[in-house]
Amino acid sequence: MTPTSDVVTVQVLLFARFAELLGAERLVLELPRPATLQSVLDRVLALPGGAGLPARPLLARNQTQAPPDTPLEDGDEVAVLPPLAGG
Amino acid sequence: MPFLRESPLDLTGLIAAVTSPERGGIASFLGLVRDHHGGRAVQRLEYSAYAPMAEKECAAILAEAHERWPMAQVALEHRVGALEIGDAAVAVAAAAPHRDEAFSACRYVIEEVKRRVPIWKREYYADGTVGWVDPTAPGGAVPARPEAGQAS
Repeated sequence: MTPTSDVVTVQVLLFARFAELLGAERLVLELPRPATLQSVLDRVLALPGGAGLPARPLLARNQTQAPPDTPLEDGDEVAVLPPLAGG
Repeated sequence: MPFLRESPLDLTGLIAAVTSPERGGIASFLGLVRDHHGGRAVQRLEYSAYAPMAEKECAAILAEAHERWPMAQVALEHRVGALEIGDAAVAVAAAAPHRDEAFSACRYVIEEVKRRVPIWKREYYADGTVGWVDPTAPGGAVPARPEAGQAS
């Protein structure tokens, strides 16, 4: 067992207004296992500027929208999505 | 062929791409940048996207349309980057043997694009302020930080 097995490292992408609020478009987070999308959201909301985000934004795991209780694996790409405004 | 485009959209090209001898009806939709939003004068805007997910969603939407209307052929493009008033932001062309399927498939695709594709719109208003379009917010937009929008 290596120490890295106790944590999940994920890349977190922020967009549009959320990237503005957090001052970053990309974060790398290390989360204790078991980690879910909600774990990522909790960490993001606690960052400086995170209070400006809604409590329940849209979330995506590996480019697919997913609910907050979705488990995460090492190397996952997580996205926190502001309200969509295409079209 | 990517659905997200950084250059002007070509509805004529989309129509040509879906045209075939057995499809006698083509419905199209062209969404343009309008000069007002929520009672405010808009001067220009910028679309940004989570590109890999947006491409996947667009492909999934077209696959769903094909499943629902197997005889229909639909093409779609969405603009990203800086747009001026009147520029085409989204274009859909749907061809089918008859008009019912063409209209239905076209409508389905544009509505799903608006509902599911991760794209965001930053509006620059005539009064010098900037806002992120938020269809869930009262008034439809929330203020952006002007200093982050001085790209041009």
